[in-house]
Amino acid sequence: MSKKALQFLSSLKLTVVLLALAIAVVFFGTLGQTSDGLYVAQERYFRSWFTYWTPHGSSFPWVPLPGGYLVGSLLLLNLIVAHITRFKWGWDKSGIFMTHAGIILLLVGQLLTDMMARESVMSFREGDSRNYSESSMDFELALLTDAGSNTLDQVVAFPASLVKPGAELAHGLLPYRLRVREAWENAEIRARAPMMDSNRPPAATQGVGARAVIEPRAAMRTMDDRNVPAAVVEILEGANSLGTWAASGGLRPQAFQSGGREWRLEYRPVREYKPFALTLLKTTHEVYPGTDIPRNFQSRVRIQNPDAREDREVDIYMNNPLRYGGYTFFQYQMGREQLNQGGRGTSALQVVQNPSWLAPYLGCVIVGLGLLVQFGIHLGKFLTRRPAPRPVAA
Amino acid sequence: MTRWLPTALTAVFALWLAGSLVPRRDRDFALSELGRIPVVHNGRVQPFDSLARNSLTQIREKDKANLEPAKSWYEKPKILSATEWLLTTMTRPEVSDGFKVFRVDHPELKALLKLPEPDPAKGEDGKHYSWNQFGPEGLRLVEESARNIARTKKENTQRNAFDNAVVGLHESLVLYHRLKNTLMPEDTAGLVQEIEAYKASIPAGVAAFRSRMSGGPIDTNALTAMFGHSERYFDTVRQDTPLLVPPAEGGTSDAWMRMGDALLDAGVSAPLLRHLMKSGPQDELPPDRVAAEMRAAGTKTLHPSVTSWARIGDAFRAGKVEEFNATVKEHLAYVASLRMEKALTKTRAEQAFNAFAPFSKSAAIYIVAFLFGCGFWFDFAEWSRKSSLNLVRLAFVVHTVGLLFRMWLEGRPPVTNLYSSAIFIGWGSVGLGLLLEGFWKNAVGLAVATVIGFATQIIAHNLALSGDTMVMMRAVLDTNFWLATHVVIVTLGYASTFVAGFLAILYVVLGVATRVLTPDMGRSLSRMVYGIICFATLFSFVGTVLGGIWADQSWGRFWGWDPKENGALIIVLWNALILHARWGGLVKERGLMNLAIVGNVVTCWSWFGTNLLGIGLHSYGFMSGAFTALLIFIATQAALIAAGLLPQRMWRSFRAG
Repeated sequence: MSKKALQFLSSLKLTVVLLALAIAVVFFGTLGQTSDGLYVAQERYFRSWFTYWTPHGSSFPWVPLPGGYLVGSLLLLNLIVAHITRFKWGWDKSGIFMTHAGIILLLVGQLLTDMMARESVMSFREGDSRNYSESSMDFELALLTDAGSNTLDQVVAFPASLVKPGAELAHGLLPYRLRVREAWENAEIRARAPMMDSNRPPAATQGVGARAVIEPRAAMRTMDDRNVPAAVVEILEGANSLGTWAASGGLRPQAFQSGGREWRLEYRPVREYKPFALTLLKTTHEVYPGTDIPRNFQSRVRIQNPDAREDREVDIYMNNPLRYGGYTFFQYQMGREQLNQGGRGTSALQVVQNPSWLAPYLGCVIVGLGLLVQFGIHLGKFLTRRPAPRPVAA
Repeated sequence: MTRWLPTALTAVFALWLAGSLVPRRDRDFALSELGRIPVVHNGRVQPFDSLARNSLTQIREKDKANLEPAKSWYEKPKILSATEWLLTTMTRPEVSDGFKVFRVDHPELKALLKLPEPDPAKGEDGKHYSWNQFGPEGLRLVEESARNIARTKKENTQRNAFDNAVVGLHESLVLYHRLKNTLMPEDTAGLVQEIEAYKASIPAGVAAFRSRMSGGPIDTNALTAMFGHSERYFDTVRQDTPLLVPPAEGGTSDAWMRMGDALLDAGVSAPLLRHLMKSGPQDELPPDRVAAEMRAAGTKTLHPSVTSWARIGDAFRAGKVEEFNATVKEHLAYVASLRMEKALTKTRAEQAFNAFAPFSKSAAIYIVAFLFGCGFWFDFAEWSRKSSLNLVRLAFVVHTVGLLFRMWLEGRPPVTNLYSSAIFIGWGSVGLGLLLEGFWKNAVGLAVATVIGFATQIIAHNLALSGDTMVMMRAVLDTNFWLATHVVIVTLGYASTFVAGFLAILYVVLGVATRVLTPDMGRSLSRMVYGIICFATLFSFVGTVLGGIWADQSWGRFWGWDPKENGALIIVLWNALILHARWGGLVKERGLMNLAIVGNVVTCWSWFGTNLLGIGLHSYGFMSGAFTALLIFIATQAALIAAGLLPQRMWRSFRAG
């Protein structure tokens, strides 16, 4: 690489320009959340190479911007090249070296988190055990049948991305094929009303769908709302059609017969199985007197891990997650109505798997110390060299 | 003379402060003693005095009730203390309904409700109106419009000034209605007498109720005699009135009750009534609990403080001073006997704190100090600076005492919401200003301290208009460790960025408009700005990353691109940009100043702007007024930057001769 290019890549001018661009991306990415919702805005502005901002309702690309990935990697490059070519070690610069090292750790850590972290939800009622968590975004079309033993099922699952109109889904373990007739990213399935829907055919010919209709809904964009996908599939044994079924994230499994066995069809959140099980023993939900302001949500769970011969109880509450087996379990939501009914309380735990969770902790300490050292050095110099204050007239 | 002036001036202000610490004596009704009684509202034990002041502030934007708003101050309008206003509202609603305490400013809303124009002869100031002036038709209109807005415009960002005025007035009216029914149902003829009748109806009433529930014969007369009362009390309970009745078991229990709850407990309890009338699944009780409530019906004695509150109310209504004062004493003694010393100490202290009003007092002193500080630059000489310095120190002490007092009252680190962040940013800036003044002794630090100290108190005052400033923390925020680290450090980052920005403003204003900015002063300002930006970077960086770590601790996401997080990140990036621009020689003295002024805009965006978006985890306080204020602030900063960009020959300080 030519000297000029290196000089440019290591220059402070580039740093300043990149910092300004970073500010612009973060600012417009924040504004974008009002129209796009957090999740979409995050994908558009921060997890991208190029992007643009448009005001609410306009489709004209008003402000073209570099994406978060581009700015982040250029800053990283700028920093590394500057250290290789320009910086010379000196104790009076030790703070800068530390700060920059910490920032590299933070940026790389965030990138790793971005690529490797997985979030899911484990929700259960008091007394229930779970050895899996469920994705809060992704669904799968699952076909289950008894695997012979009375506790285990044999499962074939197709991710929602394959469930597109016209698609044919087949698998060696299935004695039939599925043909997707219709599919929606977000839809509500409801019982067919006798008058209102009289000139509308039922969603499917078999199962629940024979008495229901499907109402498409606009896809949700915020983190709090979730899409409930739906599809109508036809089940074919060779050329012979068994009829069509409506599948929706809002329905229980539906049974049908094929190849002399009973099968169940379910459109469910993608599951992630764990080598251990949690049992929800007790939920606690406290509010401040005379208000609905929550004071504490708490779940007492029992961890059972046959491999590690572990069997113990722990409390999970706000700001006090459980870190176990490479996962972290956070108190997420709690069903209050059920609690008041005196029925069994429900609790949802956010389950996060993030191998690089420690990076920001270390990065923060290193950068903080680095800045403290560097500015301490500045301050020390300033205090020793400061000219005497000008004499004051009395 | 000028030698003694600084000390004398400080002494005068110190005396003024000391004077307001002396408790006022009650002339007839022991209202200040009443103001000390602990009650629960917004989930927090507080003195009656605070409930009164916060409610009145929400309704009227002042913590005193001026009953003759059309009169000027020198005409001596009749003014009630918040406590007296609240007690009147609770016990003589027919009187308080005539008090002009509801503040309505929006012209279209006034026109809609046909409220009278200003007319001093008729006692109308065109801003304050009474409950009676709205009339049944007006009240219906407000309620209907407010519901309509809540239904059609869920997001705060969709609402315009008129919508906000309607919603605000509706909230005030609902609060007032609640207060009217807090101590007794508003239509009661006399609570003590009514309670006697209710008590007498309980044995037969409960027997009839039991018989009815088990399908036996129904004694309709006995049933109506009791339920005629129960229904009225149940109505007040359903309005979410403040909780006046302390937990009978005392100590630190939080089983406070509403008057209605306590009254119903003696007959058929409120939870059982809710279960029977169920308006939703949240009212349902499990079967064993229903059985227990059935068994308990009619067996409990009436909570003793219900009777004392009833006597307090009736005595005030009948103007019986001695009985009122004796019962208030009795009630306080009863609360003390419940081993609630801690609550009593705190409510007593909070009442004194309310009366002392340390923050508005320090704001007043900051203004005076500012004038003396400016005087120094226009050659009033050192005595002027000294006076200013002493006053700032005095105000800083008051400011600090107020801050510590609040921390002790709440049992929390200094920053828990937007209001306290304003107080704390002011405190940090004043502290920093005093440090700068200690080094340079050129009144620059004093200007910083006084202007930011005063401005943040104004902001805090406006934030306090929405009610109690010491609300309880939601579960996720209920952690003193993170509040003390992340929030405090990030707020210090805000404060130091503001100080740097203000120093830069001083540079531009003094340079362009006056001859005060000597090359010497320019250099010292530039060093101050640079040094402070260094520490602003440190604080905002560490604070922001700690916020990420808190998020990781509470829901497993280190960085969620939440608007408030992004705002803080922008401050960090902006400060880093300034430092790199300066290290790279891209900016010199004036460039540094202009960049630092932009820092003000960036910080304000993070502090308030992100809350205005109405999204994300931190959107805890939306204020429509703040949006206009923010735009005006940004415009002024832009104008200052434009001034800073003027060629040097146009700067008065740099012109030769």
